[in-house]
Amino acid sequence: MRRQDVLTVVAFFVIVTTLFPLAVGPEPETLRALAPGGVWVAAALASLISLDRLFADDWRDGTLEQLALTRQSLPVVAVGKIAAHWLSLGLPLVLLSPLLGYSLGLRGFELVVLVWSLALGTPVLSLLGATGAALTLGVRAGGALMALLVLPLYVPVLIIGSGAVSEAMHQAGPYAHLSLLGAMLAIALPLAPLAVAGALRISLD
Amino acid sequence: MLPRRIPWLTFAAPRNFHALVQALAPWLVRGAVVLAIAGLYTGFFVAPPDYQQGNSYRILFIHVPTAWMGMFLYLLMAMYAVIHLVWRIKMADVMARCLAPTGALMTFVALWTGALWGAPTWGTFWVWDARLTSTLVLLFLYLGYMALRSAVDDREKGGRAASLLALVGVVNVPIIYFSVEWWHTLHQGMSVTLTSAPSMAPSMFTALLLMTGACWLYCAAVTLRRAQVDVLEREADTQWVRDVVQRREVNGVSRPGAAVADESAAVREEGRS
Repeated sequence: MRRQDVLTVVAFFVIVTTLFPLAVGPEPETLRALAPGGVWVAAALASLISLDRLFADDWRDGTLEQLALTRQSLPVVAVGKIAAHWLSLGLPLVLLSPLLGYSLGLRGFELVVLVWSLALGTPVLSLLGATGAALTLGVRAGGALMALLVLPLYVPVLIIGSGAVSEAMHQAGPYAHLSLLGAMLAIALPLAPLAVAGALRISLD
Repeated sequence: MLPRRIPWLTFAAPRNFHALVQALAPWLVRGAVVLAIAGLYTGFFVAPPDYQQGNSYRILFIHVPTAWMGMFLYLLMAMYAVIHLVWRIKMADVMARCLAPTGALMTFVALWTGALWGAPTWGTFWVWDARLTSTLVLLFLYLGYMALRSAVDDREKGGRAASLLALVGVVNVPIIYFSVEWWHTLHQGMSVTLTSAPSMAPSMFTALLLMTGACWLYCAAVTLRRAQVDVLEREADTQWVRDVVQRREVNGVSRPGAAVADESAAVREEGRS
């Protein structure tokens, strides 16, 4: 991973969010209504394009095979890769999100909820996306295919993540949604690496 | 050590499977036709009109069974995927592969009939309701499964990757099934449950059961036929396939086997498209 990649993904996140006011028009009320979904969709897409490179480079130059041959079990390696990936590409999105949320009209507590929902949700996106990335290693037209495989799996996270912010906007407690996101993370964290490892083994055959 | 014979694996051998389908498929097709005629007759002529929706509800006799089959076939596909990944049984992969197009078709028909029903009842063809959205996601899971399969050149490798994907996607099925209870959006709750009496007229319930049976038999017939063609293709170089082909040529066109050959060619075309 290069430093440039981080910059590209962050820029992508900002640009996609900027497209909403440009496309919908600058009325604050409309933008505010769109804000939770807008930021979340931008985050999901940014996560998707960043995952393209998660295993691809290592796979191409043979590092992945070396990793598979080490004594370390492959799921643990997968957790390491995903954690590193999220820290370098997911965390910047979370940190940047209040700024974008503010620009779209979210205020105060809503911004806190937005950050929390992304902090809990983007790791789930990374875990799910890593499975797709591992499955499409070395496949023709892998990028488009990966979108087809991964985006359907993103849907529940997206619904509940943006739902949390919407709840906060309507003066309802967002805690149910945040708990659900946490539950998703708790389920995905032990299971997704197993699926990733399985997919990597298939790709390395 | 002598190889142990496991009884329920008999039909995992391609040759036995071929014989089984040859014996079973015609009956499945006949059963599907009979049940569909009976079900459609009961649904359209015997069942009373709904007190709120009038006659437009009758499309549900197609909508509900196809929606059930769409979910059920995905579960079945995931089950075969597990069998394939764990025990490396090739027939399980063939079955999973052949279930996917039928499952996608059923899901699509469910969405389509749902839209046609929604137009007069809800006043719109489509809403972003939880159940509709998650059913659409199910359709995309089927499409993704098929796309991943055909994108990998190596058949065995593509099969394993697709099986893994089917397994990961299986989380969506309970979400669809319970979405009506979890999110109180537009789609109504379940009228049929295993634990209580159905909240509808007996003739409606009969029609629904008949149509479900028809859909189930149709799916079984088409899937098995498709799997049979797939097996014949995979095993094209083996002696038993040559024997099967030769027997058919010797017997000539007057045998019903010729019709079966035409049919399997048609199924193959369908499976490819």
